[in-house]
Amino acid sequence: MTALRHLSTGRGPGRRVPAALLLPAALGLLLLVLPLVGLLLRTPWASLPERLTAPGVLTALRLSVQCATLATLLCLALGVPLAWLLARVEFPGRRVVRALVTVPLVLPPVVGGLALLLVFGRRGLLGGWLDDTLGVTLPFTTTGVVLAEAFVAMPFLVIAVEGALRAADIRYEEAAATLGAGRWTTFTHVTLPLVAPGVAAGAVLCWARALGEFGATITFAGNYPGRTQTMPLAVYLALETDLDAAIVLSLILLVVSVAILAGLRDRWLGSP
Amino acid sequence: MTAPLLDARLVVDRGAFRLDLPLRVGAGEVVALLGPNGAGKTTALRALAGLQPLTAGHVVVDGVDLDRPGHGRWVPPERRRVGVVFQDYLLFPHLSARDNVAFGPRRQGLDRRAARERATGWLERVGLAGYARRKPGQLSGGQAQRVALARALAVHPRVLLLDEPLAALDARTRLETRAQLHRHLSAHDGAALLVTHDPLDAVALADRLVIVEDGRLVQEGDAAAVTARPRTDYVARLVGLNLYRGHADGHRVRLADGVTLASVDRVDGDAFVVFPPAAVALHPHRPEGSPRNAWPATVAGLQRHGDHLRVQLTGALDVAADVSATAVAQWRLEPGQRVWAAVEASETRAYPA
Repeated sequence: MTALRHLSTGRGPGRRVPAALLLPAALGLLLLVLPLVGLLLRTPWASLPERLTAPGVLTALRLSVQCATLATLLCLALGVPLAWLLARVEFPGRRVVRALVTVPLVLPPVVGGLALLLVFGRRGLLGGWLDDTLGVTLPFTTTGVVLAEAFVAMPFLVIAVEGALRAADIRYEEAAATLGAGRWTTFTHVTLPLVAPGVAAGAVLCWARALGEFGATITFAGNYPGRTQTMPLAVYLALETDLDAAIVLSLILLVVSVAILAGLRDRWLGSP
Repeated sequence: MTAPLLDARLVVDRGAFRLDLPLRVGAGEVVALLGPNGAGKTTALRALAGLQPLTAGHVVVDGVDLDRPGHGRWVPPERRRVGVVFQDYLLFPHLSARDNVAFGPRRQGLDRRAARERATGWLERVGLAGYARRKPGQLSGGQAQRVALARALAVHPRVLLLDEPLAALDARTRLETRAQLHRHLSAHDGAALLVTHDPLDAVALADRLVIVEDGRLVQEGDAAAVTARPRTDYVARLVGLNLYRGHADGHRVRLADGVTLASVDRVDGDAFVVFPPAAVALHPHRPEGSPRNAWPATVAGLQRHGDHLRVQLTGALDVAADVSATAVAQWRLEPGQRVWAAVEASETRAYPA
């Protein structure tokens, strides 16, 4: 409230907000919030309870949250070491690797899903081998959903963690070395705790991106209810037949993600 | 003579800067590495700790090669048993004081309980038994310094390195911490090397001074020898003496700029002459009688210095002179004024360069 009071009266040193900043800021906020308001205004509140309990809704929601969480764990397990490598080890071609890591950010997710299909599909580069020797099938399975979401969301984690690692004071790691800690112990006992806020922020971004994933998932994993149909896919499907159902599904996705993100921010990031 | 515990010749090339410093520290000895900023003190310390590989030379502790580029020998920092107290302590912010101290013992293979017990013991020794659970952010500068010392000592290092251990403290804390540090350094049976730019810390804590300027050793010896016979302008300024270099012929030393200074000391050949600023007398006119060293000079500046004023003089010799505040007031000494400076031969010391 303090900020609001200062905003309205303009009193106090350095508190006056220039109109050149305030106007675009307000427009930006409007652009982000207005569609959500539209969603709320068009929600069929009367039929909401029965639609919420309709078969398939809860299944899709559970699948979404499960897959996004698993994808985030996969990204943490692979992305944190990758970020460490990029931040701490000088190797030839590091700049190229760093550029490659960010490719999924600019690639349309549908293209990502297609690429995944070409590699992990039944007749793909690795897919056939995986199927024959390990009996593992990825496309059009729940595992495939996790893989597609991890592909799209990993860059968010890697970028956040690498930034945190670069900002962390490397001399703490030197201090750990003089106390007898090898590189692995230093990483687990000193580096990781120091960059924990960055890792948490990256994981939250990663999870949020995975939860909303659509293009790569539908291309690589298809749209099978109960197996690969996550909330965004369910919304897309409902849109073709029943607009109200699509709105309700969207509302649920919105409420769940806002609730979880707000909760995580308070707990891990300590920001208001 | 037995080999010293630490025997090193530290050669580090870093672009335009080159460190080349021979260094020997015996068991139980405390050596201060003293020098101006950018002299290479911290680089030397990092090379000893293994945080900076040598370009050439060697680091030998207890007869074991830790770094010898000529033979491809290299022991990483975590296996050196060289403890470091860093300038800004670098206590791990996510660990309590006790867990910071227990970090090293844990890495030596002690289980959590034993490591914590050892840490508690060290915290008691540095007088911080009641602060075990505090995080570094909740400690004062002096307390953090003591935790850092306890953390470094808890692994029983053979060589203890301290990088400006008192620089970050305020004057009062500094005095107390210095006395404490002196006690712990005396009790330490390994070699200790203290990096500092403060001559007072060096003299108070160290058995021997090693003075480094621009990456090279310029003077070495105990405090008495170094303060009595400085060999560079930097050292002379540290110990507060006027220092000149010239060619001696018995009791007279002819300086490069033509001035001759008389001394009661007898030297032949290249020589240094020193005298304290308090030995310089200022006169409005050429002094009559006894002083054999007198020359005209111009006042370049005045500065408060304890209970008197330090007058910077230029002319045939650049000299610092200490004058009482009363004298300055009576004379109305001010920059640009011309005076005569005189030093008794008995107040100067001359020694071979």
